[in-house]
Amino acid sequence: MNALIDTVIPALAPAGSVRSTTGPGAPATSGPPTAGGTPDGTGALAVLEDLNVWFTDALGRRRHVVHDLSVDIRPGECVAVIGESGSGKSVTARTLIGLTGPNAHVEAATATLFGRDVLTLRDGDWKSIRGRDVGFILQDALVSLDPLRTVGAEIGESLRLHGVRGRAERATRVERLLAEVGVPEPRLRAGQRPDQLSGGLRQRALIASAIANHPALVVADEPTTALDVTVQAQVLDVLAQRKDQGTAILLISHDFSVVGRLADRVLVMQGGRIVESGTAAEVLADPQHPYTRQLLDAVPSGHTKGEYLTEAGRARAADRARERPGRTVPARTRQAEAEPPAVLTARGLTKSYRGPDGRDRAVVRDVSFDVRAGQTLGIVGESGSGKSTTASMALGFVTPDAGTVLLEGAPWSELSVAGRRPRRREVTVVYQDPLSSFDPRWTGRRILTDALDAGSAPGPFASGRARRAHRAELAERADHWARLVGLAPEHLAKHPLRLSGGQRQRLAIARALAPEPRVVVLDEAVSALDVSVQAQVLDLLTELQESLGTTYLFISHDLGVIHHMSDEILVMKDGEAVEHGPADEVFGAPRHPYTRELLESLEQLSTHAASR
Amino acid sequence: MSLSTRHPGPSPSTPPPVHPASASVSHPAAARDRPPRGNRPSPAAVALVVGHKALGAVFVVWAAATLTFLIQALLPGDRATLLLNQQTGQVQERTPEELAPVNEAFGFDEPLIVQYLDFLGGLLRGDLGISYTLYQPVTTVIGDQIAPTVVLTFTALAIAWALAVVLLVLTARRTPWVSRIFSGLESAAAALPQYWLGIILLVVFALWLGIFPVVSGSGAAGLVLPALTLGIPLAGFLAQVMRTEFERTLDAPFVLTARARGMSDGGVRLRHVLRHSLLPGLSLTGWAVGAQFSAAVIAENVFARPGLGRVLVTAVNGRDLPVVCGVVMLVAVIYVITNLVVDTAYILVDPRLKEAA
Repeated sequence: MNALIDTVIPALAPAGSVRSTTGPGAPATSGPPTAGGTPDGTGALAVLEDLNVWFTDALGRRRHVVHDLSVDIRPGECVAVIGESGSGKSVTARTLIGLTGPNAHVEAATATLFGRDVLTLRDGDWKSIRGRDVGFILQDALVSLDPLRTVGAEIGESLRLHGVRGRAERATRVERLLAEVGVPEPRLRAGQRPDQLSGGLRQRALIASAIANHPALVVADEPTTALDVTVQAQVLDVLAQRKDQGTAILLISHDFSVVGRLADRVLVMQGGRIVESGTAAEVLADPQHPYTRQLLDAVPSGHTKGEYLTEAGRARAADRARERPGRTVPARTRQAEAEPPAVLTARGLTKSYRGPDGRDRAVVRDVSFDVRAGQTLGIVGESGSGKSTTASMALGFVTPDAGTVLLEGAPWSELSVAGRRPRRREVTVVYQDPLSSFDPRWTGRRILTDALDAGSAPGPFASGRARRAHRAELAERADHWARLVGLAPEHLAKHPLRLSGGQRQRLAIARALAPEPRVVVLDEAVSALDVSVQAQVLDLLTELQESLGTTYLFISHDLGVIHHMSDEILVMKDGEAVEHGPADEVFGAPRHPYTRELLESLEQLSTHAASR
Repeated sequence: MSLSTRHPGPSPSTPPPVHPASASVSHPAAARDRPPRGNRPSPAAVALVVGHKALGAVFVVWAAATLTFLIQALLPGDRATLLLNQQTGQVQERTPEELAPVNEAFGFDEPLIVQYLDFLGGLLRGDLGISYTLYQPVTTVIGDQIAPTVVLTFTALAIAWALAVVLLVLTARRTPWVSRIFSGLESAAAALPQYWLGIILLVVFALWLGIFPVVSGSGAAGLVLPALTLGIPLAGFLAQVMRTEFERTLDAPFVLTARARGMSDGGVRLRHVLRHSLLPGLSLTGWAVGAQFSAAVIAENVFARPGLGRVLVTAVNGRDLPVVCGVVMLVAVIYVITNLVVDTAYILVDPRLKEAA
């Protein structure tokens, strides 16, 4: 506990930040705005008091997205707003810099930035504030930097807009900025476009463009989402460094580990309202509001292994326990009496692709594993480690250059495409983005019946009655699977576009399970979900494994998720399996330096795990 | 390893894709897996791409040539008879004695394959045959008239681009009624029949107001109305295909980033958004240049302008096949060149396409 507080309260934390459940009162701000941004040493740079935001949609309906929100940010302080997507946290950030959007209606008792009223500022006034006094960082630099221009041009633009005229001077300063945010070979990188840079370099370039003019306040909206854990730590270091130099940060995030690393104060938002606020240490270690507790509980890790992450999951498990005494714990914590048989066996998998330079690059090298019946094998690694290619080979979508995959002891990877087809239903997959794996014009029911139909459809000469009977049976089975994954029949009548992210993923899981496969491959299946939705989906997967004995090959970059879900773990780096063993062994006593490095990055970020 | 989604690039022989601008959609995961690369492709790669394109261009020209040859050779009616009737202005059967010298002179009695090879050989030497009606080499007939048409076509293209870009930058995603009115105007402009627009412009600006000459001749003032006749409908088309991309780009996160950097709305539109919306416009331009040549026929007739259009109309009326075929060949060549230019422009606008090429 003490160690935790030490990690989350930096020396610079402002004294006397008052904890309340209604949000901190707004300190008085006065005095004319000064060019550098900081009116005086103690006053707040930005104050929002009783902020309300409404959006009007295309049909003229008004939605109240932010309710009576109050926040203030002082120099050298990081205030984090945490909440799930749709909680209004991004809207709040954008309102602060006057970019709420054309369909928004904003009201506030006070809304000032450097003492100026943000609701009455005009475009001309904003030009000199944005980018000079306030820097703005969005998530995923691949889309937040102009894809047609070099990152040097983008960073240089920040400088050019705020008075750095000389081209040569801009180039030098761009280089210096890139070096400052930890980009190696800054001169080379400045000449590259976002799509030519790795995720981490790209994100750092975006940060460089936001902090180019040394703004007194940086607004960071999910600055590390979609980054690998080691890169995430590096990016947060850059921001922490700026904070130490006196820059104030408004951090928007849904990730507690990120918030714990950087924030002095935390506001928890739910449905557009602040439900809890206080110092980071207090909120994270001793959450008062049930929603905060629910969010924190939903974070999967080694500590949650064998437990359900949601209240609903725990309740359902208790119900089942009453009905069927003896099976109370999820399968993966049961002591295996005898090692279950391997369903999917991979031996010496190797795959190379030709790079743009014409040379072959091994994406996967000599990877072997067994996926055992009723268990979960987790494959973890950073992007580019070859885990998705390994999944594609397990699925039989990619033919390995060397090595083989056996399905229940029979050849799988060696079959021809046509030869594999009869057994295709026995290995199914759930992807990160279910939406793009659905036909957008099909309803949920049709998507499910399509998955059920393959192989069992009556022949072309079947009678009308046989067809009708078949259709009725399919519809019934589709409803059955929908119920199992927690979807109501009315969800099945909708098109996937109209379903929420969690509902889509449930549908994808139902589709993967409907043909009653031997193995389900889950390729980053929960990576795009909010933490509480992720918890629901993980609980669902656990429940299904418990009741149906499903076998999972679980692929993720998220160490917490992998630890929570897996019986056995395979750690991949640069196409090689660097570590392989039972989950607790890999996480408890990592042997390979890379695994240790990964776990240390996680440790740095993680605050909550320690507090539980 | 799949790279991000690329432009197919217009193939010179197919109509332009309706909505080609998918370049902005990239797969983040796939992109993340790629190692960083330098900007410059190797000279060998460049040579390969250029060779590939040139080969494609030669193929298209050859296909057009073959087609025009087959039309000449296989069209019903004996060519020697046709030729004699043209010269005398009569329609009658000819005796073999009358036809023999003509067949001899034009080589109509040779086997088809020999005629074909002769024709291709002539093409390589820049010889398109002799006009049936004018007794001049086709190259001379076309060469005399090509300049006004090319000037008209490219002026119209420039007007179309200027109108479309100005319209877009000023009106896209403004107050709803502004955007709606202007996008409606674009549809109307795109739907205007050129001969009708030409006549209206002629009546209003030349006859009533007298600002521009009725017979345009070859001066600059005479160029305005014909160029507008061709340019306004094309501007409507261009603005329509570009508006979708323009408005989508206005919603892109990098535009928000640029605004947050302190860029003004105008700056964002000109420096970031416009460039993204150029790509569908470029696709359309590849097709439009070919189409403008046929549309030029109308403008040249309405405004009594010299040019290929009139040559073509006269030739078609007189069944002067060598001239018709010569014009077709010329349009094919211009089309191919335009598309090579468009492909290059693509890469300048979107450097990511370089790796895909």
